[in-house]
Amino acid sequence: MDDVLMHEHDVVVIGAGGAGLRAAIEASAAGVSVAMICKSMLGKAHTVMAEGGAAAALANKDHRDSWQTHFRDTMKGGKYLGDWRMAQIHAQQSPDRIRELEQWGAVFDRTPKGLTSQRNFGGHTYPRLAHIGDATGLELIRTLQQKGVHMGMDVFMEFTVRRLFKTDGRISGCFAYDRNDGTLHVFKAKTVVLATGGITRCWEVCSGSWEYTGEGHAIAYWAGAEMGDMEFVQFHPTGMIWPPSVKGILVTEGVRGEGGVLRNSEGDRFMFDYVPEMYADEFADTEEEALAWVDEVISGQLATKRRPPELLTRDVVAKAINSERGAGRASEHGGAYLDISWRDEDEVKKKLPGMYHQFKELAAVDITEQPMEVGPTAHYVMGGVKVDPYTQETSVPGLFAAGEVATGLHGANRLGGNSLSDLIVFGRIAGEQAAEASKQMGYFAGIDQVEIDEVVAETLAPLDREGGENPAKVVSDLREMMQDKAGIIRTRNLLLESLSDLDELEKRANITSPGGTRTYNPGWHQALELAAMIDVSRMCALAALRREESRGAHTRDDFPDTDHSHWGKVNSVISMGDDGSMEIAYSSYPEIPEELKSLLDTEDLHEEGS
Amino acid sequence: MDEVTFRVFRGEPDADGEPFGQMVDYTVALDEGMVVLDVIHRIQAEQAPDLSCRWNCKAGKCGSCSAEVNGKPKLMCMTRMEDVLEEAPDGEPVLVKPMQAFPLTKDLVTDSSWAYDTDRRITPISGPEEFDWEFRQEEADRLQEFRSCIECMLCVNTCHVLREHQMFDEFAGPRFFVRLAGLEMHPLDTESRIPEIKDDFGIGYCNITKCCTEVCPAGINITDNAIIPLKERVVTEFYDPLVMLARKLRSD
Repeated sequence: MDDVLMHEHDVVVIGAGGAGLRAAIEASAAGVSVAMICKSMLGKAHTVMAEGGAAAALANKDHRDSWQTHFRDTMKGGKYLGDWRMAQIHAQQSPDRIRELEQWGAVFDRTPKGLTSQRNFGGHTYPRLAHIGDATGLELIRTLQQKGVHMGMDVFMEFTVRRLFKTDGRISGCFAYDRNDGTLHVFKAKTVVLATGGITRCWEVCSGSWEYTGEGHAIAYWAGAEMGDMEFVQFHPTGMIWPPSVKGILVTEGVRGEGGVLRNSEGDRFMFDYVPEMYADEFADTEEEALAWVDEVISGQLATKRRPPELLTRDVVAKAINSERGAGRASEHGGAYLDISWRDEDEVKKKLPGMYHQFKELAAVDITEQPMEVGPTAHYVMGGVKVDPYTQETSVPGLFAAGEVATGLHGANRLGGNSLSDLIVFGRIAGEQAAEASKQMGYFAGIDQVEIDEVVAETLAPLDREGGENPAKVVSDLREMMQDKAGIIRTRNLLLESLSDLDELEKRANITSPGGTRTYNPGWHQALELAAMIDVSRMCALAALRREESRGAHTRDDFPDTDHSHWGKVNSVISMGDDGSMEIAYSSYPEIPEELKSLLDTEDLHEEGS
Repeated sequence: MDEVTFRVFRGEPDADGEPFGQMVDYTVALDEGMVVLDVIHRIQAEQAPDLSCRWNCKAGKCGSCSAEVNGKPKLMCMTRMEDVLEEAPDGEPVLVKPMQAFPLTKDLVTDSSWAYDTDRRITPISGPEEFDWEFRQEEADRLQEFRSCIECMLCVNTCHVLREHQMFDEFAGPRFFVRLAGLEMHPLDTESRIPEIKDDFGIGYCNITKCCTEVCPAGINITDNAIIPLKERVVTEFYDPLVMLARKLRSD
């Protein structure tokens, strides 16, 4: 058997984006030894791609904002399927997490008074997103990276984790390989923090990087963790759609926050036709009112007018663009036109420098003069590992999770800007709690050699296979299938087909042959990622099949209505059965206390007897 | 259908750590709007699954896919084939090589771990304890230029002090002078790093040829806005007669 290199750390953090880095910083500060395992190089994780901002009720731009309003907006945006406890913690703690980033060197855009500036975003009542142009993710990850490298943690770059180990029912470590040289590693740990991000690489049109293959979700599931809300995958309404090679690349919601308007091929500003009942009071019903709101906001006044309908939540805008296409009113390449060119050229370049360059360089479009063409792109998974809201511990003792890989905060639809704040609020809690729990463990539990041998053999197997397909082909077929059958609009038949297609894809995945050696071999890496991609796709399709209603990011053509009496009260829970099969059940969060409930919009709650 | 031929470096270090390999030709179909990285991905998907190449965001934000395309340091994800073909001689293959300043790992992947070791040597920010600061956008502007660095290392790859003379131990290179300038000019920071900038990070080796500025995909004016102001601060701190006198008096 191959040599396996052994490591020991009190806390192993898997994932080096915003949540992982924040957790590792907190755990290191608590005085325990920390391993930070990065799938990419440090500072390149998916967080770097975040654009618009981090939501926190600092109330710097509008004094009327408060954690209570942020809590209300998050619950409403999540269509009341989120965990109110996480929504409360998040709304209360995010302002301090943002200030802390500035203390550590982040330089957000400023208000005229010299405070952290905030921008408007979909579903947020007030300007709430701390930002730096449209490169907020870069600022966040660089700040945490530069803080982190001085905390004494051991950093393992370009390592991919393939298995979690348990000993006597409790987490005891993980197995990883080094992509650079193909060496194999076992990390013994007293606690593990999972901060591996998302799964959107399973769809053909997505805004995610190669990292987003869902290994974090999969290894948690394989280790017996409960997975919640996996049917909810957010399609961001505005991805690039032309030329073909850039399809899916994100166009920040900040464009709409800065006054960008959506039009169809007939020049109509169609979002006025798609305002849902629950938001009817809050959005403008004429172009004049929408424009007046933008004028107020640009000139730094407090908004008195209602907001433009382009700032509705992402689920609503994505479906609207999809419906316009269905009605034959799509833009030239099958999306919608997003236009910010009516604003001052210098302002556009200052507020949206990344978008200006992205379109200029990749699509030869000058956004200060021409509209952009945009369409929906798979962007974020609301579902993930179920966690205790106060500790972030999963149903596997000693395993913690934070960020996109965890579930609870966002319910059926995430608000823009709530992800970056999610990372730093719950990353910190996970790091603190994992460190605390590791101190309670006096020793490193032994890891069963049989399990190590098994995962080693499975990891090396693709290199010994010959005559099979290129794994890239199976990956692209999987992504195309999920796009067609488990995408924005779903039906029972399509979802059933997707589940049987996944069985076929699994058979093909098991016999791919990438060729080559263990040294930096992307074909081998892709062959290994397939098992995770297939299982997370299955979780999504299964949960989507069972939820017979439409809510937030989950739209069933055969069940178009939102069902408050049953589906509005339950969250799906997927776990692995004793025989290895995928099982699904339902659970509910505890009753929301009266003082928090009073913050919500009573007419949205649809209570029986009321 | 249009086709393009790429001539790509394939190889690994030999026993002495020197790159050992060959240039291999791959011909694939070319679609509208493709960038260099799309062609590399198509080669992987159709002909060479084990062709090593780093990438993440494919949108110019992460700085992972740095390489030398027809001899020019580029982010492969932001380099349109249209532009490459316009500049290249007709019918010639497009040459793609890894960054030459760093040790080779395999094919287009290099070992840039030096960057992370250098980062650790920089004294971190020492900010205020209380959450009560204010600073203006004019102050932020200067820093935000530096903070837009995506750590692609193309500047380091181009700098002759590092590329030709391999002075990685003595010289922090353009990327880290940008970082140091960002700290030195930060309104909340109370540290001084000027002695290290002179002695440990070797700013004197830079003779301001501006090669780094020319290749920066983030458009940072590295030489004029970061390196020259730091050089001036070193001069003021160490060679200004009044400051030298004051230091002498203090130490007496």
